[in-house]
Amino acid sequence: MSSEKGAALTGSHFMLGDQACAEGAIYAGCRFFAGYPITPATEIAERMAERLPPIGGQYIQMEDEIGSIAAVLGASVAGVRAMTATSGPGFSLMQENLGLGFMMEVPAVIVNVQRGGPSTGLPTSVGQQDMMQARFGSHGDYAAIAYSPSSPQEAFELTIQAFSTAERLRTPVLVMMDEVVGHMRERVVIPEEGKRTILSRRLPSIPPSEYRPYRVDDDLVPEMALAGGGYSVRMTSLTHDELGRAVTDTATQAVLLPRLLRKVSEHREVYEQYELRHTKDAEVMVVAYGITGRSATGAVEEARAQGIRAGLFRPKTVWPFPAEAFLRATRTVRRVVVAEVNMGQVVLEVERLVAGRCPVVRVTSPGGEVLSPELILGAINPERTPKVRR
Amino acid sequence: MTPPADEHTIRTPEAEHAPPHHHPLDSVLRSEVLPHIWCPGCGIGVALGAFLQGLDRAGIPIDKRVIVGGIGCSSRVVYYARADAYHTTHGRAIPFATGIKLANPALHVTVFAGDGDTFAIGGNHFIHAARRNMDLLVVCINNFNYGMTGGQSGPTTPHDAKTTTTPSGNFEFPFNLPQLAAAVGAVYVARWTTLDVRRLRDCFTEAAGKQGFRFVEVLAPCPVSFGKNNDIGSGLDEMDYYRGLEHVWGAPGEHPNRIEVRETGDLSGTDISLHRPIIVGKFVDRARPTFLDNYKAAAAAAKGKQR
Amino acid sequence: MDHPSRVRGVVTVIPERCKECEFCVHYCPKEVLEISPTYNAKGYRPVRVKEARKDECIACRFCQDVCPEFAIFVEETGK
Repeated sequence: MSSEKGAALTGSHFMLGDQACAEGAIYAGCRFFAGYPITPATEIAERMAERLPPIGGQYIQMEDEIGSIAAVLGASVAGVRAMTATSGPGFSLMQENLGLGFMMEVPAVIVNVQRGGPSTGLPTSVGQQDMMQARFGSHGDYAAIAYSPSSPQEAFELTIQAFSTAERLRTPVLVMMDEVVGHMRERVVIPEEGKRTILSRRLPSIPPSEYRPYRVDDDLVPEMALAGGGYSVRMTSLTHDELGRAVTDTATQAVLLPRLLRKVSEHREVYEQYELRHTKDAEVMVVAYGITGRSATGAVEEARAQGIRAGLFRPKTVWPFPAEAFLRATRTVRRVVVAEVNMGQVVLEVERLVAGRCPVVRVTSPGGEVLSPELILGAINPERTPKVRR
Repeated sequence: MTPPADEHTIRTPEAEHAPPHHHPLDSVLRSEVLPHIWCPGCGIGVALGAFLQGLDRAGIPIDKRVIVGGIGCSSRVVYYARADAYHTTHGRAIPFATGIKLANPALHVTVFAGDGDTFAIGGNHFIHAARRNMDLLVVCINNFNYGMTGGQSGPTTPHDAKTTTTPSGNFEFPFNLPQLAAAVGAVYVARWTTLDVRRLRDCFTEAAGKQGFRFVEVLAPCPVSFGKNNDIGSGLDEMDYYRGLEHVWGAPGEHPNRIEVRETGDLSGTDISLHRPIIVGKFVDRARPTFLDNYKAAAAAAKGKQR
Repeated sequence: MDHPSRVRGVVTVIPERCKECEFCVHYCPKEVLEISPTYNAKGYRPVRVKEARKDECIACRFCQDVCPEFAIFVEETGK
C-alpha cells in the first residue's frame, strides 16, 4: 500500500491523548487500522478513519474486537504497520489473538485506553485495572511489552516507541493508556518527519531456497518474510520448528518457547523506559504510571517541599517491569508507595521485587477517579503530612 | 520420468529440485511433507487437489497465493499448499485474511476452513466479510462435524445425524450454507461434493478468476469421525452416498439419497437432510463493487471535497 | 474404415503416499487398478496397476483427480 510523504502533522497542537496516540502511530508509519468503537478509545478510531485514507492508508471498522486484532495481524504479515485500539471489554476479547501474535512473531500495536471495570463497569471513567491482564491476559506463557503514557505528548511519543519495538522484536506491543490521558487535551508537539528513530523488521537476506522462517542468530529475532514476498512462508499458531512446520512435541516446545521469552527479556535496550524524579537520596519511593504518574509527581514535589526525601520511579514501560532499575533506585529506601487506579496490580510486582526489605504501601482505588496528590502524600508519610482530604 | 506436458501446470524453479515423483501438482504442493495427516478416505485432499488445479488454470502465480486457515482438519491445507500460508486461530481466518488482502490487494487470498470454524465460531466474520464484499475466496469443507476433535456436532450437522455430542441423533437443524452466503452478499456461491472432481476444479477455476467475496462449499467424507458415528463404513462408502447408492442412509425403501445438480441457481430446497437428495451446483454468480472499490472511491471523493 | 486413434494412458503410483482408500480402484471406468499385497511404510497396501489390464487405461485421469493423497497420476500416450 502506498504511503504519502508529509503524513506527519508537524507542529504544535492542542489535542486529546487519543488523538495524539493516533498521530504517533501515523508518524511511526502505521498505515492500517482495524478497530471497533468503545469508550474511551473511540477517538483513536475516528482519528484514523479521517487521517488514513488521504495518506494511502487503510481504515476498516471490523465487526468486533476479535476481528480487529486478527485483521491487524494479517496486515502486518503482509508488511504494513498496523494498530488497533480498545478498552477493557474489547481487550478481553483480543486476548486469544494477542497470543497468536506472540506465537507467530507478528509486529503489531494494541492500545488499551483503560476504564473502570470489571465488565462494563465505568465506561467513561478512569481505571488502570487491566495492568495484570496486559501481563497475563492471554493463555500460555508469553512475554508482554506494555507502555504507559502519562500525558498526550507521551501518548504520541510512546506509540511511536511501541511501533519501533514491535518491528524490532517482531511481537505485539501494548500501549496501556487510561481514560484521563486519553480524553484530556494538552499541548502535543509533533516533530518533522525523520526526527525519531523508528526501527523496522528485518526482511530476509537470503533467497527462498535457504530461508527458514524461524531460524535465529544471537539476536533471537528471525528475519520476516512477508506475504507476497516470494518466500512461500508458513506461519502457524501451533508449536513449530525453524521451518514453520507444526511440530507439537516437547522437544520443539523446549526450543521455541524459551527463545520467544528471551527475545523480549534480553532486549531491554530496545524498549525499557522509566522516569526517575528525586530518586538519588530518596528515603521513600513512589511508584506510579500513567495518569497516576502525574498525581505522584505532584505528591513527590510537595513532599520535598515539606522536607521529606521522597522520590518517584515512573515506569514508562510497565511490562516487562524495569526491575533492575527499580532495585537500583530503591536500594536504600525505607518505604515504597505504589499508587494506581485499581485494587492493587502492579504493586504485586513491586512487592515481589522488594521482597520484604521495607514496607510497601498501597494506594489503591476501585476506579472512576484520578488519585489525588494528597492521597499519595498521605501514604508517603502519614505522620508529617496534612490529613488526607477526600 | 518427465512430467506430463500439461499447459495448466505452473512450473517453478523449486520443481527442479522436487522429489523424483513429479506428480503434476508437486510443484504447487509442499510435496516433501507428503503423505499428509488426513485420514484414509478423507475428502480434504481431493478438495485441495481440485483447488490447486483451479488456481493453476486461473493463472494465479504461486507468489501471489495466500492461504489462511483456522483450526481444524480442513485448515491444515496451509501445510501442504505451496503459498504464503497462515495457520491462525479458530474461526478467525477470515479477518486475518482481510488484513492481508487490504495490506496487499495484489495478492490472491483464500480462506480454507471447515464447517465449524467458518460458521460456528467464525460465523460473524463470515457474514461481515460477505456483506462488505471483501475480495476473498472462502472454501468451506463441510464434513458435517468437528472432525479434528473427534466428531462433535456442529452448525452443519444434519438433523438426526449422530455425533459424539448428539449420541441420540441431532435435534438441531443445520445451516443452509449456500442460502446463507447468498443472503449476506457473496458474489459467487457454489456447492459440490468431492466426487464431483471435475466440476469442483472448474468451480475453483471460475471462483479464483473472480473478484469479491466468493464462497465454495465442498461436501467431503469424514470416515473416522462422522462416518463412524453414522455407520458409514468408509470414505468410499460416503463417496458412494454422494453417487446415489442406497445403502448408506435412510430407511430401506426410502428415497435414495443422491446428489442432484441444479443448473438454475435456484436456492430452494438446498438445505441438507439425510432423507432427501443433496442439491449441488452453482447458485450465485454476480458482480458488485468490492470493499476496496468502495473504499477507494470514498477516499477519492473525500479528497476531492477538500480541494 | 480407419478407427479413430484411441487415447491410452500410463498410470504412475507413488506408493509411499497411498492410504488404501480405494477411491481410484472403485471409480476407474476400466478397472485398471487393484490393491497390492505389500505394505508401505505407513502400513497401507498401496494401489497398483493390474498387470493384465495395464493397456486398458484410457487416460480419463479420474484416479488422479479423485485421489486425496496426490499418490497417482496418468500420462497420456497416444496409441
